[in-house]
Amino acid sequence: MENSTSLKQVKENQQTGEEGRPWEEMTEASSQDPEPSLSKTSESEPAQETGPQSRSSPPWSPPSRGSTPPDERTGPGAAPGPPPQEPSSTPPPLALARQDLEAPWQSDRTASVIPEAETPHSDPLEQSPDKGASTPYQTCPSKRNGFQQPQRTKGHLYGPKDVNWNNAEQKKLRFDIFQETDSNSQDDPGEAEPAAWEAAPSMTETAIQSAKAYLLQTSSKSGLNLYDHLSNMLSKILDERPENAVDIIENISQDVKMAHFSKKLDTLQNENEMLPTYEIAEKQKALFLQGNLEGADQELEDEIAENSLPNVMESAFYFDQAGVGLGTDETYRIYLALKQLTDTHPIQRCRFWGKIFGLEMNYIVAEVEFREGEDEEEVEEEDVIEQRDNGDSEGEEGDEDELPRSSYQAPQVIPREESRTGANKYVYFVCNEPGRPWVKLPPVTPAQIVIARKIKKFFTGQLDHPIVSYPIFPGNESNYLRAQIARISAGTHVSPLGFYQFGEEEGEEEQEVEGRREYFEENPDFEGIQVIDLVESLSNWVHHVQHILPQGRCNWFNPIQKIEEEEEEDDEEKEEEKEEPDYIEEVGPPLLTPISEDLEIQNIPPWTTRLSSNVIPQYAIAILRSNLWPGAYAFCNGKKFENLYIGWGHKYSPDSYTPPVPPPVCQEYPRGPEITEMDDPSVEEEQAFRAAQEAAALPDEEDEETEEDEDEEEDYD
Amino acid sequence: MDADSLLLSLELASGSGQGLSPDRRASLLTSLTLVKRDYRYDRVLFWGRILGLVADYYIAQGLSEDQLAPRKTLYSLNCMEWSLLPPATEEMAAQTAVVKGRFLGDPSHEYEHTELQKVNDGDKVFEEEVVVQIKEETRLVSIIDQIDNAVAVVPRGILFKTPFGPVHVNRTFEGLSLSEAKKLSSYFHFREPVELKNKTLLEKADLDPSLDFLDSLEHDIPKGSWSVQMERGHALVVLRSLLWPGLTFYHTPRTKNCGYIYVGTGEKNIDLPFML
Repeated sequence: MENSTSLKQVKENQQTGEEGRPWEEMTEASSQDPEPSLSKTSESEPAQETGPQSRSSPPWSPPSRGSTPPDERTGPGAAPGPPPQEPSSTPPPLALARQDLEAPWQSDRTASVIPEAETPHSDPLEQSPDKGASTPYQTCPSKRNGFQQPQRTKGHLYGPKDVNWNNAEQKKLRFDIFQETDSNSQDDPGEAEPAAWEAAPSMTETAIQSAKAYLLQTSSKSGLNLYDHLSNMLSKILDERPENAVDIIENISQDVKMAHFSKKLDTLQNENEMLPTYEIAEKQKALFLQGNLEGADQELEDEIAENSLPNVMESAFYFDQAGVGLGTDETYRIYLALKQLTDTHPIQRCRFWGKIFGLEMNYIVAEVEFREGEDEEEVEEEDVIEQRDNGDSEGEEGDEDELPRSSYQAPQVIPREESRTGANKYVYFVCNEPGRPWVKLPPVTPAQIVIARKIKKFFTGQLDHPIVSYPIFPGNESNYLRAQIARISAGTHVSPLGFYQFGEEEGEEEQEVEGRREYFEENPDFEGIQVIDLVESLSNWVHHVQHILPQGRCNWFNPIQKIEEEEEEDDEEKEEEKEEPDYIEEVGPPLLTPISEDLEIQNIPPWTTRLSSNVIPQYAIAILRSNLWPGAYAFCNGKKFENLYIGWGHKYSPDSYTPPVPPPVCQEYPRGPEITEMDDPSVEEEQAFRAAQEAAALPDEEDEETEEDEDEEEDYD
Repeated sequence: MDADSLLLSLELASGSGQGLSPDRRASLLTSLTLVKRDYRYDRVLFWGRILGLVADYYIAQGLSEDQLAPRKTLYSLNCMEWSLLPPATEEMAAQTAVVKGRFLGDPSHEYEHTELQKVNDGDKVFEEEVVVQIKEETRLVSIIDQIDNAVAVVPRGILFKTPFGPVHVNRTFEGLSLSEAKKLSSYFHFREPVELKNKTLLEKADLDPSLDFLDSLEHDIPKGSWSVQMERGHALVVLRSLLWPGLTFYHTPRTKNCGYIYVGTGEKNIDLPFML
C-alpha cells in the first residue's frame, strides 16, 4: 500500500516538472524510507524507548495510510506552494540526517520534539520518534494536502522563508491534526477529504492567517518579528542539538537575539517624529520661561501686571476643598497662561472665569477688564455693517416704483450695550489649552443672547464653527460662547452680602483705582461673614452681575422711542407701528439682590450650599453650587470669595429641551372692498348704457366699445 | 476608577472639574479598603458620585474575580459608612422611569407619582388616580445600573477572556498606542455584550475572540454620543459621555492607567440629538 502510493506520488511529482524535483526527493524519502522504518520503530520502540511513545505507537499505521494518499491526490495542487520553498536549504540536509542518523538520534529527538507537537494526537507523536526533528516535514505533506488553500497562500506569502515555513507548520499542527484524524477515521480518505475540507474551512483558515500575521508583526524597536525569531531559534536548536533544549530555551532565545545583526539602513528622509505631545510641550515651555524673558528693568510694569493677575492658585486651593477644580498642574498652567495674557495686553483686572467643555477641544475662559481707554479697538464695526445692509435693501426696493413694497419690517434691532456696561462689561479671552494663543471674544449682542436662550448646542472647540440651529443664530461659535458666558455670569456670579456696596454717586461710574465697578464698589469696611451663616442662609449671598433682561440687555432699551423718531420721517408707517404690541418695560432684579430671591426651577431650589468639611467645621469654607447652571460654583471663607464655572455651558432644566414653535403664519389680507371686484357689466347694463349714450354718441366711438366687449368675452372663455 | 490607585486616578480625571475634596479623598481611601476586606471583593472601584440637592451619594462597586459578573454596588453619604444596594431589576427601571428631576440626597425620600389606572368595576371602567410612591433608593439603583450599562468603559485589551469563561484583568496590558487611543473602536462597554451577537460572521472574522468579546463604543447610538479628547498635551485621552453628561473616562496611552468616574446629577441627556 504505502509503496504503491508513493510510487504514484513520484509520478505526479515528476509531472510537476523541475520545481518538483527537490520535493520529490523529499517525498520519496518520507514515503518510502521512513515508513518502513516507522513500522520497524514502532515495533522496536517499546524495547528502546520511553513510555509515551510505546503507548502511542500502535495506532500509527492507519494514519500513515491516511497521510500518504492525500499526497498522491493533491500532489500537483500542493506543488506550487511548498515544493518551491523547500528546495534550497533545509530538506536535503534533514533528509540526509534522517537517513544517516536515524538510529542514534532517536532518543534526543523525541525528547526535543514532543513538547512541540500536539500531544493528544498520536500521529505527530508517532512520527516524531523516528524522524525526530524532521517531524514537521514529515507531517507536512499530509497536511498540505488536507490544507490546500491555506497552504498555498502561505507558500506565496512566505515562500522565501523556508525555515519559517517549518515553524509555521508547527503552529498549524493543531489545526491540521484535527483534520487528519477526520480523514483517518474514514476508510477512503483520499476521496472523503476534499469534501470535508472544502466544507469546513474559512474560520480556521482565517484564524491561522491572522495568527501568522500577528507573529509576523515587526517590532519597531529591534526590527525583529516573533516568527523569524522562533524559526531562527529552532534552526539553531536543530543545528546545534543541545541536550535538554527545553531547559535552556530562554538562553537560546537570548543568544539568537544577541547574534542578530541588522544593518541600520540609511534612509534619505529625516525621521523627525513630531508628536503633538512635543508640539504642545514646546508651547507650554514658553509659559514657564516668560518670567525670565522679561527684563528686570520693567519693574513698574511688573507691578501693574501683578495687580491685574488673580491669585489663581489660592482660589484653586479653596475650590479643591470644595471638590471642584482642574487638578494642580493644569491650574498652574492656566495660571501661567493668564500671566502671559496680562503681560501682553493692557489689562487692569483679570480673573479665571472657568472652563467650558467642547466636543473636540475645551475652552479656558479668562475674564478681563482693560485699562482705561485702551480697549476701544474694534468698536461697532458690526453695527456699521448692519446699517449698510439695511440701507441697501431699502434702496433696491425704492427702485421699483409702481409695485407695492413689502411692508414687513424686521423687528427692531436692539443695539448692543457699550463695552464696559451691562453684558459687555468685561472682555473675555479664550484658549483651547494653556500655551495656545488667547483669542478675544467679540462683544455680545442682545439678539445673540435671545437666540442662545432658545437653543442648546454643544461647543465643538473651534471658534469659527457655524452654529446650525432652528432659530438661526446670528454668528458662529465664538458668539454663542460669548452669549453663554454672559448668561452664566449673570446667573451665577455671586458674592457674600456686604462685600460690594453701591457707590455714593448712584448710577454714575465710580472711578477707583482698585475694584472699579460700574454701579458698585468694594466695601472697605467689609468685616466678613460667618461661614455658618453663609451656609445656612442664602440671603447672605448677592448677585453682583446685572440680570439680563428678556430683551437680551442688562439695561432696558426702549425700542418705542426709536420708532417715534422714525415716525417723523415716515408718516405712512405710523399707524402700522402703533398696532404693534406695546413694549412693556422689562425690569429684572436689581444689582446686589440676594440669591434667596432667585426663581425656583420646578420645585428645585436654584442653589445648594454646603460646608466643605463636616468633621472640622471651624475651618471649613462655604460652598455654593448652582443647580440652574450645573458646574457653577462659588466659595467663601468669610472674607474671600470666588466664582468658577466648569461645565458644558448649558442651563439645567428638568424637562427635555423643546425646540421653539415655528413662528406664526402671517394672516392674509382681509377680504374687503379693496380686494373684491364687481361683476362684469352685463349685456343689459351695457346696452342700457349704450342707449343712454347713443343720443350724443359719435359713430366711431361705438366701434371701439364693441371691440372692447369682444375682448372681455374672450377672457371668460 | 480603581480604589487602590484612587489618588492618581482622581488627578487624571480632574480635567473635567470633577474632583473630591481632601477629606473625602482620605476617607475614601480608608473606607474602601475596609469595604474590600469586609465584603471580600476582588477589586473595588470608586464609581463616582451623584449630586443631590441636599447631599451627594458616593458610589462604589465591588467586583468579583470574573470582571463581568454582576457587580455589587454600595453607596455612602459620608464616604465612611457604606450600604449595599439591591441588584437592579427591569421592574425597578420601569417603575423609576416616571421620576424626573434631581436626586434629593435622602435615600428614604419617596417620590410621589400619580398614575391613571383603569379599574374594572363590574362592566364599567373607571379611571382612577393612584399615587405611586417610589423610594429614592430604588431610583438610585436603577440609575446606576442604567449608567453602567450605557457608558461604563474599558480600553480594549485590559480584559481578556480566559478559556474557562470568566473574564480577567489582563496583566500584560500595556496601554493603547497613541493612534489607537484616539479611536472609539478601541474602547469597549464594560458589561455583558449585547450587540456582539447580532454581528455578522464577516464582522466577527476580524475580531480576536479573547480580546474582542465586548461591545465596542463606536457603534453607540446616536453616533457622536462620545467626545474624545487629548488633554495635557496629548498625554491623556479623555472620553466624555454626552448621553450621560458627567461620565468621564481617562486613559494614559502606553500605561495601564485608566478608569471612569461619574459625577453628575444622574439624569440622562435626552436632548442630545438637538445639541449635536
